[in-house]
Amino acid sequence: MNLEVEARHRIGTFAIDAAFQSGGGVTALFGRSGSGKTSLINIIAGLLRPDSGRIVVDGEVIADSGRGLFTPVHRRRFGYVFQEPRLFPHLSVRKNLAYGRWFAGIGTSPAEFAKIVEMLGVGNLLDRRPETLSGGERQRVAIGRALLAAPRLLLMDEPLAALDDARKAEILPYLERLRDETGIPIVYVSHSVAEVARLAEQVIVIDNGRVKASGAAAAILGQATAHLPRRETGALIEGLVERHDSAHGLTLVRAGEYLLHVPHLFAPPGHPLRLYIAARDVMLATTRPQGISALNILPGTIVDLTPAHEGSVDVRIACGGNLVLARITALSRETLELEPGKAVHAIIKTVALDY
Amino acid sequence: MALSDAEWTAVRLSLRVATVAMIFSLPLALAVAMALARGRFWGKSFLNGLVHMPLILPPVVTGFVLLLVFGRRGPIGAFLAEYLGLVFSFRWTGAALAAAIMGFPLMVRSIRLSIEAVDRKLEDAAATLGANSAWIFLTVTLPLILSGIVAGMVLSFAKAMGEFGATITFVSNIPGETQTLSLAIYSLTQVPGGDAGAMRLTVISVIVSMAALMLSELLATAVARRTVAA
Repeated sequence: MNLEVEARHRIGTFAIDAAFQSGGGVTALFGRSGSGKTSLINIIAGLLRPDSGRIVVDGEVIADSGRGLFTPVHRRRFGYVFQEPRLFPHLSVRKNLAYGRWFAGIGTSPAEFAKIVEMLGVGNLLDRRPETLSGGERQRVAIGRALLAAPRLLLMDEPLAALDDARKAEILPYLERLRDETGIPIVYVSHSVAEVARLAEQVIVIDNGRVKASGAAAAILGQATAHLPRRETGALIEGLVERHDSAHGLTLVRAGEYLLHVPHLFAPPGHPLRLYIAARDVMLATTRPQGISALNILPGTIVDLTPAHEGSVDVRIACGGNLVLARITALSRETLELEPGKAVHAIIKTVALDY
Repeated sequence: MALSDAEWTAVRLSLRVATVAMIFSLPLALAVAMALARGRFWGKSFLNGLVHMPLILPPVVTGFVLLLVFGRRGPIGAFLAEYLGLVFSFRWTGAALAAAIMGFPLMVRSIRLSIEAVDRKLEDAAATLGANSAWIFLTVTLPLILSGIVAGMVLSFAKAMGEFGATITFVSNIPGETQTLSLAIYSLTQVPGGDAGAMRLTVISVIVSMAALMLSELLATAVARRTVAA
C-alpha cells in the first residue's frame, strides 16, 4: 500500500500546508492538539474538501484539485474510527457492525464477521443497544464497524483520547492485533507518545499545519531533537512479552539481554511489543544501587551526551542491545563525572512505564 | 350522551378533513423543515416567515387570502378547477386545505427541531461506511427524526380538528360538506336548545385534542432520548 497526501487548506487564520507519503502498516500523524492533525485526516477521508490538494492510493487518484477530481466520502472505502464512537443510537450493536458491510458491495463473509467480532471481543454485546455499553466497548464496536466495511485504508482519529487509562490499556492490545492480523494500512492520529510508540511504524510529526519531520518511529521518537516537546523525549525499545506475574500485576518483557518489569499488559507471551521510555523517567547510577524500589536496573555504557540545555543533559546509554535515553541535570553529570564509554546503571521505575 | 346524525356527520367530516390535511401536508412539511434546518439559501428567512404566517395572522385573514387565491376565480383555484377538476371553494377539500395550511407551521416546527437535534457526526460516520446521501437520509436521519415527524403529524391533526376561522371564511358552514366539529358547535350555540348538542361535541373535541397533545409530548420525549449520540 502506498498513500500520498498533499493538502493546502485555510481555516480562518490557520493554514494547513502538508504533504507526506506512507507505505503501509501504521502511520502516525503526531502532534499537539490544534496542530491540524484532525483536519488533515478529514481531508484524507473526504469529509473536508481542501482548497487544493491531491490524494493517491496505490496509484489510484482519489482526489486532485488540479484536475477537479474529488471522490465523495462514501466511495473512497476508507474506514474511519472517530475520537467518539459515533454508533447509531437507533440500531443494535449487531446492526451497527453490519451497517457498512451492506454498502461494501463485495461484502464481508459471515466468517469474516465472526473473526472480527472475536478479535475485538464484542461477541457478547451483539444484541445490546449502544447506550448500554461502556466507553471502551463502544469504541471497540466502532472499530469493528469500520473494519467490516472492508476498507482499503483505516483512519483513526485519537480513538483512545476520550477514554480513561484503564480503558486505553484495554483497547491498545486490540489495536495491536488489528495491525498485526488484518494487514490493513492505518493512519493513526495521536498526541500521545506512548500510543504512537506502541503502534506506529512510521511517524509524521505535524506542527502548526505543516509536516515537521517524518520517518521510522524509532528514529523520530528516539532522537533528542526538536520534533517532540522536550518533556516527551525518550527511547523506543522493542521487546517480546516473556511472561506475566499476575500475583504482583506485572508483565515481564524481554528486551535485548534484559527482562523489563512493566505494569500488567493484556498481551499473550511471545507478543511483540514496543515500549516508550521517557528520558525524564530514567535515573543513572555509577554503582549498582542497593535497597531501591525501582525494579529495572540495567547495566550499560554511555554512548554520548548532549550539551546542557536549561540545566539538564540527555545521556544515551547502550544497555544489553537497547539504547536508553536518560535526562539528568548538568550538576549530576559533573558530580558523577559522566562521559562516553563510562559504565553506568540505568534505573527505570516500573510504574513510570504505565500507559 | 348519544349523538344525533347531524352531529355524527360533523365528527366524521372533521376526522376526514384532519386526516387528509395531515397526510397531504407531510411531504411538503418534511421538505421545508429539511431546507430550514439544513439549507443555506437566499430567501431562507422569507420562507421561514411565510411558513409561520398562519400562526400569527388572524385566521379570518388566512381564510380570505385562500378564498382570493384558491377560490373559483382565484389564480390557482381557477387553474386547478380547469385542468385537474380539483375544486376547493365550498367543498370539504377546501376545509382540508385550510386545515392543512393552519397546521403547517406546527408540523414544520416539530420536524425541524428534530432534524436540528440529529448529530450530523453520525451522518459523516455513515458516509465513511459507504452510504450515499439518500441512504444516509433513509437509514440514519429518518429513523432518528421519526418521532419528531409523528409528533408534528399529531399536532397538525389536532390543529385541523379545531380549525375554525379560516375554514368558515374560505368554505363557509355547509352541513355535511364543510361543517366540521368546531363549525357545528358554533352553529349549535346560535340556535335555541342547541346547548346540549354543543356540549356533547365539546366533550369530544376536548378528548381528541388532549389525546393528541399527550401523544405528541410522549413522542417528543422519545425523540430526545433516541437522538443522543452514543
